Amino acid sequence: MSEPVLKVANLVKRFGGLTATDNLSLDLREGEIHAVIGPNGAGKTTMIGQLIGELRPDAGSIHFMGRDITSMPVHQRSALGIARSFQITSIFPNFTALDNVAFAVQAHDGHSFRFWADARKDQTLRLPAMAALQQVGLGHRADITASVLSHGEHRQLEIAMALATKPKLLLLDEPMAGMGPEDSARMVTMLQKLKGSVTILLIEHDMDAVFALADRITVLVYGHSIATGLPDDIRRNEQVRQAYLGDEAEAV
Amino acid sequence: MSQASVSATSEITTALPRNFTTLVGVILMALLGLVPVFAVIFDDPFLLTLFTRIVIMAIAAVSLNLILGYGGLVSFGHAAYIGIGGYTIGILAFHGVHAAWIQWPLAIIISGIVATLIGLLSLRTKGIFFIMITLALAQLVYYLGNGAFAYGGDDGLNILKRSDFGGLIDLNHRPSFYYLCWALLAATIYFCHRVVNSRFGMVLQGAKSNDRRMATIGFPVHRYRLTAFVIAGMICGLAGVLTATFSNFISPAMMHWSRSGDLIVMVVLGGMGSLFGPLFGTVAFLLLEEILSSWTEFWKIVFGPILVLVVIFARGGIDGAILRGHTGKLMAGLGLFYIVYGIHLVYDRDWLVPAFIFAAPIGLLWLVLWWEKRRRGEAVTVGGGHE
Repeated sequence: MSEPVLKVANLVKRFGGLTATDNLSLDLREGEIHAVIGPNGAGKTTMIGQLIGELRPDAGSIHFMGRDITSMPVHQRSALGIARSFQITSIFPNFTALDNVAFAVQAHDGHSFRFWADARKDQTLRLPAMAALQQVGLGHRADITASVLSHGEHRQLEIAMALATKPKLLLLDEPMAGMGPEDSARMVTMLQKLKGSVTILLIEHDMDAVFALADRITVLVYGHSIATGLPDDIRRNEQVRQAYLGDEAEAV
Repeated sequence: MSQASVSATSEITTALPRNFTTLVGVILMALLGLVPVFAVIFDDPFLLTLFTRIVIMAIAAVSLNLILGYGGLVSFGHAAYIGIGGYTIGILAFHGVHAAWIQWPLAIIISGIVATLIGLLSLRTKGIFFIMITLALAQLVYYLGNGAFAYGGDDGLNILKRSDFGGLIDLNHRPSFYYLCWALLAATIYFCHRVVNSRFGMVLQGAKSNDRRMATIGFPVHRYRLTAFVIAGMICGLAGVLTATFSNFISPAMMHWSRSGDLIVMVVLGGMGSLFGPLFGTVAFLLLEEILSSWTEFWKIVFGPILVLVVIFARGGIDGAILRGHTGKLMAGLGLFYIVYGIHLVYDRDWLVPAFIFAAPIGLLWLVLWWEKRRRGEAVTVGGGHE
């Protein structure tokens, strides 16, 4: 087995008296979809925040492809190949869908101290942006202002922006949040297509999606990992059932 | 509520193609280019004086729009650079350096250095704190001018000899000076047009729209904002050079905080984040100031309500109103204004002025109440923030 893409060791993050991340360790193998599940308030988004660099952990370390990134700023992690989609849609509402993705392409195409040429006519930005939009099935909506796109389309746009940065690691924070069954199914199909080409850390409440997609699952409770394993193992794990899956586990 | 749906309500619904206002802007620029001709035809040298001021202030407003309109950075200290540009050439002239090739570039460079310092401090903050810090730092520069007793202190300093371009252009020839300012304004607008649509401009606009997202997709937003801040400061420094050269005079009043406020008003009135908006705003502001202040020294009592009306009814400023196809209403409003002004001129009835002053706030109050009622009645969400 090769070295893990992401290696989180003994991560701790406290907010006052609350320990949101409690001695968390996690390995992500290359090309896998690794789902992190857990009840509300288990510290999933806090964990993402530390991985992307918006939050500084109180203790522990994060290594990405063998490199210590524990205290690296957000934009440098992005340059290394870590991308994130937000739980709450975070796009550029008054720009077109294509503009949105072109931002992401531009961010990874050298510095932007270029003051003269029209960026919207720059094919080195527009073509990869269009390709990413098509990858998520939004190609036909490229020229629509992002604010008028539907909720499901916003989620797709989020992923397209993350993909356009050509990430090695994709952190997906509840990509199906608030989606109807049809949109969810489409998102699952799309993520399945991505599988293998990029390592994905998936946070999701939709258990059908998680068990359909994940190679491995980690269960987080009160900021601590209580189990990591193959989907079948997690399903059978008694501790997990008690803590989280409950009745739903029997239905699965 | 997601960020997207909030901003959707503040979106200007475009009734006309974006380049329509560009057309209006180009026509306005062409008309401005004819001002010296009109001044000769009407034998009114004051026309040239007024419009030279307008064109110079428009350069400053366009530069502020770069960071305010496109970058979302509400700098409340932009007039400081007018002062710095002006003081640089004033002080150089005082010490006998009149060569424009030294004076002008130096003024722009010093403006850039000061903008770098102010930007480094202020861009660490956001929102109201940014406004307050830029205001405070600009006041610091203002009091520096106030305390510069060697250069006149708060009385200011006369510039005895204009900058010398070595025979290339005679700045004492008023039409020549006007056309120089006009050309610099045109160049500034074109420069901003290129910059805001370039990769750099996209970063600036993206950061205004959603700076957190810009960071996660990999932009070191801060250094781009700082660069924009410095560029804007340098252009405004040039406007300061022109102001001082034009009036042969520098004083701290050039950079008083109320001048920074005026610049913001010009940009907001004309339309933030639009290419020609600041030009529309400056022309409207200074013409109104000129006309209203000939009525009464309390002209701001009349100007204030007009501004409030624009903010309430014409969001996106004059540029936005043109875009939404309200050109007719704008012209009607302008026409009404000139009719009242005309009556005043013809009959010279001084009672018109107090009548207007009293009527304006009452009328405004009534309009606001009516508008509130209509808004509640239709239960539409109007105004989702001004950012």
